[in-house]
Amino acid sequence: MATYNLKINGKDQQVDVSASTPLLWVLRDHFQLVGTKFGCGIAQCGACTIHIEGIAVRSCQLPVSAVGEQKITTIEGLSENGDHPVQKAWIEHDVPQCGYCQAGQIMSATSLLNQNPNPSDIEIDEAMNGNICRCGTYTRIKKAIKTAANSK
Amino acid sequence: MATVKTTLGRRSFLKSSVLAGGGMMLSFSWFAGCEIPNRKEAATIEMPEEWFELNSYIKIGDNGVVTLFNPNPEFGQNVKTSMPMILADELDVDWKNVIVEQANFYPKRYDRQFTGGSQSIRQGWNILRTAGATAKRMLVTAAAQHWQVPVNEVTAKAGILYHTATNKEISYGEIASLAAIQPIPEEVELKEIKDFKIIGTSKKNVAGTEIVTGKPMFGIDYQAEGMLIAMIIHPPAFGMKLKKFDATKAKSMPGIKDVFKIDTLKSDYARNYFDTTTFTELITVVGNSTWEVMQAKKEVVVDWEQAPEHTFQMDARGNKIAINVPAGLESTTVHQTKMNQYNKKPGNILRKDGDPEKAFKNAAKILERTYSAPFLAHNTMEPVNCFANVSAEKAELYGPIQAPEFIIGTLSERLKLPKDKIQINLARMGGGFGLRAYGHHMIEAAVISQEMKAPIKMVYTREDDMSYGIYRPSYTATYKAAMDENNNLIAFHVKAGGIPESPLAPNRFPAGAIENYLAEAWEIPSNITIGAFRAPRSNFIAGAEQSFLDELAEELGKDPIEFRLELLERAKNNPVGENNDYDPERYAGVIKLVKSKSNWDEINDKSRGFSAYFCHNTYVAQVLDLEIENDKPKVNNVYAAVDCGIVVNKDAAKNMGEGAIIDGIGNSLYGEQTFKDGAPQKLNFDRYQLIRMSEAPKSIEVHFVENEHSPTGMGEPLFPPIFAAMANALYRATGQRHYQQPFIIEKKIIG
Repeated sequence: MATYNLKINGKDQQVDVSASTPLLWVLRDHFQLVGTKFGCGIAQCGACTIHIEGIAVRSCQLPVSAVGEQKITTIEGLSENGDHPVQKAWIEHDVPQCGYCQAGQIMSATSLLNQNPNPSDIEIDEAMNGNICRCGTYTRIKKAIKTAANSK
Repeated sequence: MATVKTTLGRRSFLKSSVLAGGGMMLSFSWFAGCEIPNRKEAATIEMPEEWFELNSYIKIGDNGVVTLFNPNPEFGQNVKTSMPMILADELDVDWKNVIVEQANFYPKRYDRQFTGGSQSIRQGWNILRTAGATAKRMLVTAAAQHWQVPVNEVTAKAGILYHTATNKEISYGEIASLAAIQPIPEEVELKEIKDFKIIGTSKKNVAGTEIVTGKPMFGIDYQAEGMLIAMIIHPPAFGMKLKKFDATKAKSMPGIKDVFKIDTLKSDYARNYFDTTTFTELITVVGNSTWEVMQAKKEVVVDWEQAPEHTFQMDARGNKIAINVPAGLESTTVHQTKMNQYNKKPGNILRKDGDPEKAFKNAAKILERTYSAPFLAHNTMEPVNCFANVSAEKAELYGPIQAPEFIIGTLSERLKLPKDKIQINLARMGGGFGLRAYGHHMIEAAVISQEMKAPIKMVYTREDDMSYGIYRPSYTATYKAAMDENNNLIAFHVKAGGIPESPLAPNRFPAGAIENYLAEAWEIPSNITIGAFRAPRSNFIAGAEQSFLDELAEELGKDPIEFRLELLERAKNNPVGENNDYDPERYAGVIKLVKSKSNWDEINDKSRGFSAYFCHNTYVAQVLDLEIENDKPKVNNVYAAVDCGIVVNKDAAKNMGEGAIIDGIGNSLYGEQTFKDGAPQKLNFDRYQLIRMSEAPKSIEVHFVENEHSPTGMGEPLFPPIFAAMANALYRATGQRHYQQPFIIEKKIIG
């Protein structure tokens, strides 16, 4: 066990866990930030996607000890009032079905748009292929990403 | 206007009628007692100071805000929006003033809280309309009383009551206290379809904001004071059971509270159909945090042994029957050999029209093809989990469950608590697809909590989840068609079976359209557990049948759509046999609609596949266009035509349809669970391939037949036929027919 100082959604937070604990479980179990989801535990489904310094990362494979001073953003910290252009576009296209994967999808999409404000279809596919949606909302996700890109 | 007896949905009035009779103020103890923290969806809606309950679905605030309770468990099919839309329309309220809350399991107040079989809207339709209309009638009566005018002079519109002659109006909120103590009318009038204002429009998912902001809403998100985390260890293979284990090291690890064995169902317990429990003896590891429990779980040293053949008691609607579970460690290769053997033997004849034996004997030509599909895992994105807090007096559970009514009795028996001391709260489910109809996880969580005397949240790892069973069965079907010397179709034969059940529905199309018809079924027992999986049985047999009909049309020199329409014309005008399980006119209706929407007659240069099917009370026809890129199929457009009667929530219904199509395309290409010596070979998404964004169609159009039939479901019907639309389009693109799912593994796809 060791103490880690983390910067989560703009706040300094402290946690006492073993070094190998994935950030996913630190967020969910220790900080009640349960918007970040457990899906596979092996970085294959994308449900646990968060941002480290604005870049999409699978938190189930990121040990807490590797985070250091870097800024962590979760779905809860993406915007103050749920009004990030990507979140608004998700509502506009009524994307979710069950909703379980959508936080991860949104975090991957915002990371993509941070780096590439006008992605092509192929670039969207490449950025989003790591996020599984078992309900099959992919066509709506793609439309929402394009709407969000155009709204910036 | 239709008048209906309010005895329909009678349970919803239980409390109101008692209270009204007693002349007491309504109390809301139930709402306070069972509610999971109230998450107000629309932050802009101002809360009233007081609520008045009209019935168990509807309460109205003194400021006119209306809370509607969604009775059925939500797993993404959007009942939480669509069911309240039906209430709101008959109640005649402005959707802007509506707050939707998820009802918890409360059989005394709700008639039906089962989500499955695409039945929520179909079976909820009259109940919800009646509940809405009854509440409205009580508001109208109250206003009439208040103004001292005849009831039939009071009208209602969007939450306001009017008396035009005296130019008076009053809001629902203002009159709600008086409305709540009105007697329940014995009869109410329902709206005419043309007067619907909310039904038939598109309302956005009421949980949309919560979802995109990551609010806690799933079972796995649940937290409680003093809650421990539990995980289970189940045998690694079907046909195995626990021999002994050593948890010395695991127990000594940080954060671990205990490691012990649990028995979920006692061996003499007569199970119901939804008590599917693959393994009743499990090891559980309980600790402070998920990661600590996961680490300790790996350090439990377990000896497994082969389970002998055994039986368990099944309570089949009051009749106790013994169900046999064979011994042995099964493998996919052996399954395939066995299915081929069974498929060659005579099966149980389920339907016979005319003289098929003679027709086949005299045939000038016979087309025979065999189709097969593997076991499938549900792979809901949210792994199996459940929260339970069990004490000596009561139990509280919160978790994903489609069919709480089928697990409450088992919980009661196992926990030795009366049913009314067990509260099942309904979490939003991170996918269901049939898996969550089976409540084994609720028993497991409750037993662990009872043993630990603490609130616990039990969570499966993905590997535990994918290897637990309750799979879609593996199937095989052989189709045969006989033609005479003029190349006319004279007989049709289907023989279909599976492990452990047959997918055959003998009275479905094309039964009724062909003079000589034979349907046979067979089954191979297995110890691999199965369960409902999105459109059970149809999810295989539709693809097989519609692939065969495509090949048969080609053999007959006919356009695949015209061929189906000819058969349906026959079934309509001069049906063969009895109990034909479809309406040929509605079936032909969706085919004609998709033909027109896809420009079937004009577009001949594309690799397009056609398919149609009727199941779960809804008719579907689909056209799928694809091309081969780098030896991989790339689906461009999918056109779907659907007849589900009145569409309640149009855009949400389209979303369901799109999802079912994408799910089906993915499973047709990749979906399979395989076994070696009883052990499932695919344990996580690195090996179990699910469709991803780059493989989804570029566009999907879902069109609805407009009619005034009462609504039927959308969750399942678009899933089964797409397997054949895919296979038939692949054939047009590559010249190769596909008979074995998953197609991508069956043979190399080369353009």
